[in-house]
Amino acid sequence: MELTLAIAIGVLSASGVYLILRPRTFQVIIGLSLVSYAVNLFILAMGRLRTDAAPILSGADANIADYTDPVPQALVLTAIVIGFAMTALFLVVLLASRGLSGSDHVDGRGD
Amino acid sequence: MTGMNHIAILPILIPMAAAIANLFMGDHRSNRRMIGLNLGFGFLLVIVSALLLVVLTQSGTSAAAVYPLGNWPVPFGIVLVADRLAAMMVLTTSILSLAALAYASARWHSRGPNFFPLFHALVMGLNGAFLTGDLFNLFVFFELLLAASYGLALHGGGRNRVRAAMHYIVINLVASFLFLIGVALIYGTTGTLNMADIARAVPLIRPEDRGLFEAGAGVLGVAFLIKAGAWPLHFWLPNTYSAAAPPVAALFAVMTKVGFYAILRLWTLVFANGSGAEVAFGQNVLFVIGIATVAYGSIGALSCKALDRLASYLILVSAGTLLLAVAYNSPGVTTGALYYLVVATFAAGALFLLKDVIDQVLPAEAQVLAVSLELYGDEEEAIDEDQEVSRTIPAAATILSWCFAVAALVMAGLPPLSGFIAKFAMISAALNAENGPTAATWWLTGAFIVSGLFVLISMVRNGINIFWTSLPEDNTMRLGILEIGPIVALLALCVLMAVAAGPAMAYFADTAAFIHAPLGYIETVLPAEAAS
Repeated sequence: MELTLAIAIGVLSASGVYLILRPRTFQVIIGLSLVSYAVNLFILAMGRLRTDAAPILSGADANIADYTDPVPQALVLTAIVIGFAMTALFLVVLLASRGLSGSDHVDGRGD
Repeated sequence: MTGMNHIAILPILIPMAAAIANLFMGDHRSNRRMIGLNLGFGFLLVIVSALLLVVLTQSGTSAAAVYPLGNWPVPFGIVLVADRLAAMMVLTTSILSLAALAYASARWHSRGPNFFPLFHALVMGLNGAFLTGDLFNLFVFFELLLAASYGLALHGGGRNRVRAAMHYIVINLVASFLFLIGVALIYGTTGTLNMADIARAVPLIRPEDRGLFEAGAGVLGVAFLIKAGAWPLHFWLPNTYSAAAPPVAALFAVMTKVGFYAILRLWTLVFANGSGAEVAFGQNVLFVIGIATVAYGSIGALSCKALDRLASYLILVSAGTLLLAVAYNSPGVTTGALYYLVVATFAAGALFLLKDVIDQVLPAEAQVLAVSLELYGDEEEAIDEDQEVSRTIPAAATILSWCFAVAALVMAGLPPLSGFIAKFAMISAALNAENGPTAATWWLTGAFIVSGLFVLISMVRNGINIFWTSLPEDNTMRLGILEIGPIVALLALCVLMAVAAGPAMAYFADTAAFIHAPLGYIETVLPAEAAS
């Protein structure tokens, strides 16, 4: 499971970085989205991977080792919301730039 | 102490209330009541921030207001910590924001939709970033201030602004992802997000996890350096700042200081004086980056023909100066750096506003002519002597040129103004250190003095071009009080900081002593049983 997740994060961030470095705004926004998926998975992995474990303690005699860490899950939730909002905002700026410069190049150059 | 603790959250709540009130009022752009309301909120924020600073000063040298949000016990819940450093940053931001707000009320607020709500949201994000004691909460406030700054960078519209803002957004989104990776790595190795708790947990990290923790700190550092505008991560800065609307750019002058603040806070807390195995992790890298930023900013300043670009490069110079001072890691140098931070922020903010006023009163052709005269030489050098002598300089131009001169003196660090006192304090503290001057001391001294010379040359050249060669002949310049008032007020504060340098330096010295003794911060924030 660790290997699967590591490969997923690696592939997502590698393709994301490649796309961010491309000259078209659409490629950049897709690259940013891919990197944000990779980062979200990475945060989740930092709480250690567990299956079939609840995040909320119940009962006074509960053993903490039977539970998964709830904090990274909360962090990922926040990060997803913020990342989504910023991507939407960037989309608007991208369209404004396309309208003003008539080109989808990140520097507004026509070619 | 209970009343004081509640003041700690007010610098976040007041701008939030202001932003919400503006949304309810609707977007009536020429309403005088609305301008009055916004200035009132800005003024209230300055008073509350000043109150916070005064209360902190009066309750002892190592006092800090700790405000657990929702009253959750400290390492588990999010906590706000208003210590002296946070209080001075909040006050600086409040004063600068009031000046920019007043300036914007004259004209600029009506150039696009929703200027005031975005402006207050940015101030809220800035204050929150300074006050929070939680690493993830810092990320949230960073995103808040960035989201508002994206909107403000676009304020006024136009192709140039949209292009600069687009680059700015991409860079900062990438920086945000780096921030998250760093936070995740630090959480994964220390198991906490509270800054004081992280500092406590660092010596307890297992040796095999140590590398992972340092990688996290390094990634986090890169994210902060991007915000701080450090070389080589600064290429977004001059374009964005010179393209942004002038009052927005003036407020952006404090935004690079957020990156500096985060580095100063976390690095001194966790690495510089910690009891961990690695003392001063990354110090050399930070020092070299500081030198490179100062050098790049100084050379960039020399290359500038337009005043707004010059001001952007001056922001780079001050960012580099501050990074150098942090990397030097000594309380005396930090004292001078904090003083420098305040005056450099005010002077840079005033320069951005000044540039806009000059653009209004001087015809653009005259400025272009001055630049081309310098490049190609004046064909008709022999000007009639009588005509030159009889030319009168109007009152408005006199005020502007005085403002420009004060800003130039502060930025270049020449006596008798506060820029000189700041640099002198830093260099003197470095030279008079207990173990004598080292190679780093000479690098530091050299960087400060040479960059001062470069800044002076570029400012003087710009001043000559603007005020001596391109003044209009007719006496028709008009200055509004809302436009020149904020500039004069900011520069007057720089002068006041020089006059009241004694009490100011005493405050900064206490602040620096508190920063460089992280145990005090840890014990203030964490309850006694958790700290043991």
